[in-house]
Amino acid sequence: MRVDGLILAAIVGMAAVTYATRAGGLWLIGRVRPSPRLEAGLRAAPGAVLAAIVVPTVLAAGVAGLAAMLAVVLTAVRTRSPLLAAAVGVAVVWAVRARG
Amino acid sequence: MSPPTDAPPVPWVGDGRPATTSERSDGGVVFTTRGLLAGARGGVPLALSTAVGGAVFGAVARRTGLSPAEATLMSALVNAGSAQLVALELWDEPPPVLALALTTLIVNLRHVLMGATLRPWFAALPPAKAYGPLFWLSDETWALTVAERERGQRDAAFLLGSGLALYAAWVGSTAVGAVAGAAIRDPAAWGLDFAFPAVFASLLVVLYRGRGDVPPWAVAAAVAVAAERLLPGAWYILLGGVVGAVVGGVRGAR
Repeated sequence: MRVDGLILAAIVGMAAVTYATRAGGLWLIGRVRPSPRLEAGLRAAPGAVLAAIVVPTVLAAGVAGLAAMLAVVLTAVRTRSPLLAAAVGVAVVWAVRARG
Repeated sequence: MSPPTDAPPVPWVGDGRPATTSERSDGGVVFTTRGLLAGARGGVPLALSTAVGGAVFGAVARRTGLSPAEATLMSALVNAGSAQLVALELWDEPPPVLALALTTLIVNLRHVLMGATLRPWFAALPPAKAYGPLFWLSDETWALTVAERERGQRDAAFLLGSGLALYAAWVGSTAVGAVAGAAIRDPAAWGLDFAFPAVFASLLVVLYRGRGDVPPWAVAAAVAVAAERLLPGAWYILLGGVVGAVVGGVRGAR
């Protein structure tokens, strides 16, 4: 169990700023009364962040990514099950890559 | 668990407009073992792909020069996959402590936005029950929690439950990956790299409330795609999310 002192300092520093970002949003929003515009923005934020995570990854995965995403959305619309939809998506990516 | 009926109004919904599901932050928010278990169950599908990611991180960390104990400690204390993988890119001997902290801050800035969106649930709780579980806030647990709230659930322990399920997978698999070294082959060959985006996409389907959601989401996606090409690291997520939220805010307040 070897842990170097400077490495420990680096890890603790990373941990501290990471927790600050996790706690900071709730802390800040509790100190500013949100305007209607800010509220509407925060309502849109979850989907916006998800779209920002998903779309670049899908495009980077090319044809396999687009085919899988179509399958994921169709499965999710029909079943509302993220697990099933994700399994279908992974299977489609695997199948397309295995062929190509 | 029946919610108290005479909950005081909170500023969030105090402007006279009818509250939407995501705004309804009355005193009905609870924090129970049942919510904890529901969160843990919700986290299981993602725990599998988290474990793959953790094993990859452990193996790469080992090759980068961290001991298995150091790699596992980082996963246990930082608990942020993308930030930890980026940190390995910067790693050196001795480690650049300040640069690592700054880069981690930038990669994780998106959590500020996510934490703010949890206010309807967490503002009603005592600080320990809000700020404790926030240690486990991540892209995954946040997305699961927001989807749970949109389904009308009110148990804020869900975040902690899903967080602990993913945490066990992340820390455990880091240890395994670090000890096993380079045994992990290419996860992309099995399509496993697509597990997270697939879950996120299906959560978008769950979050969808109508055509008003399309402009902010489309703008967020477009900005993210452009930013991913132009900027390093995970800036594109933060930038896409912020610009999309601004579009939603401007449109929603009209």
